[in-house]
Amino acid sequence: MLKKVVKNAEEAIVDITDGATIMLGGFGLCGIPENSIKALVNKGVKNLTCISNNAGVDDFGIGLMLKTRQVKKMIASYVGENAEFERQLLSGELEVELIPQGTLATRCMAAGYGIPAIYTPAGVGTEVAEGKETREFDGKTYLMEHAFKSDFAIVKAWKGDTNGNLIFRATSRNFNPLMAMAGKITIVEVEELVQPGDLDPDMIHTPGIYVNRIFKGVHYEKRIEQVTVTKR
Amino acid sequence: MLDKFGIAKRIAKELQDGYYVNLGIGIPTLVANYVPQGIEVILQSENGLLGIGPFPFEEDVDADLINAGKQTVTIAKGSSFFDSAMSFGMIRSGRVDLTVLGAMEVADNGDIANWKIPGKMVKGMGGAMDLVASAKNIIVAMQHVNKSGESKLLSKCSLPITGLGCVKKVVTELGVFDITSVGFKCIEYATGVSLDYIKEKTLGRLVVADDVKEMSID
Repeated sequence: MLKKVVKNAEEAIVDITDGATIMLGGFGLCGIPENSIKALVNKGVKNLTCISNNAGVDDFGIGLMLKTRQVKKMIASYVGENAEFERQLLSGELEVELIPQGTLATRCMAAGYGIPAIYTPAGVGTEVAEGKETREFDGKTYLMEHAFKSDFAIVKAWKGDTNGNLIFRATSRNFNPLMAMAGKITIVEVEELVQPGDLDPDMIHTPGIYVNRIFKGVHYEKRIEQVTVTKR
Repeated sequence: MLDKFGIAKRIAKELQDGYYVNLGIGIPTLVANYVPQGIEVILQSENGLLGIGPFPFEEDVDADLINAGKQTVTIAKGSSFFDSAMSFGMIRSGRVDLTVLGAMEVADNGDIANWKIPGKMVKGMGGAMDLVASAKNIIVAMQHVNKSGESKLLSKCSLPITGLGCVKKVVTELGVFDITSVGFKCIEYATGVSLDYIKEKTLGRLVVADDVKEMSID
């Protein structure tokens, strides 16, 4: 019998220790593993390397872990919404590697597909290319970018079954299925945890083989960065 | 001289029926409001949506449904969701017909800088480096000069580069400029703006098209 279901976030992250490399799914605050982030803050693990598209905002998401100085290094593509992040970066307290968003996504994908590296045109001729191997294909230059190696991947799905099969919802999918494939240990929090057979196999985005631990998250705040509406 | 809405209106004239379009944050996002009558374009949002609809009514706001600028949106009919790797797959493989983005600087050879001011501002490149490295047609929407009144149309970018030789056209509050082998070619000027004024505000190489005309945005 598969034993993937854990009680809660605390149990899911029990073996994450100081110095770990962790991937965290989400785009902005959309589709972030809220429960697991809070548990990491409460646990107080330090010197983390975090791989995530963004760094949250000052008081939510990964921003919570920045405030408590738990992050040693951040690998991200866009960090414009977080003033504390920018302050720590400019003062040199926080190590930061900014990489193109497509490169970030594809390096996750490569890890999950068992491919050691990929070639991409993104960043050629820029700071991003410094020290990296390049190669020409059909007259165009590409950078070699390595698959990520990450101790843990922590993602948020909409629905999951106890076998670890996952379905994501709308644009909260983003990096989540890619990171789910890319961690040595993959931890998933879901809004709805169901039994095997309850999900249509044709609708599964992430097959359970990639998932090590799964739990039902609680009290989702789902904060929105920019509420934009059409007036009636 | 145009305001930001005028810049967006002018860029909307570049849209063609059936185009897949990626609109960046800021002025580019406004282009969606001015799609010409009778033309259908499909908007791609790199966080994983093909077919962006208008902003939702207040009661329909959905935290799981945002655009790349992290604004709440709706879906157009016939839209699809996907993960970030597939999203950049469609960008890198050249499926997106037009990319519109903002910039801090553009050089007269098509280089663009828009992600970092060393020691001052670090926001990151987001998807911009992927977009500019692969898109077939890139239009920059920006102000002609920065807050200190200095030209953003240069002979060489002074800020860290986002991509090399990729911009095809620049639309500013002063005019429309094609990137050509001889530099910025002014093909249109905004109402009330003289070519001399444009020359004064452009540091990069500038030529004026033989058939240069006044811009029409309505």
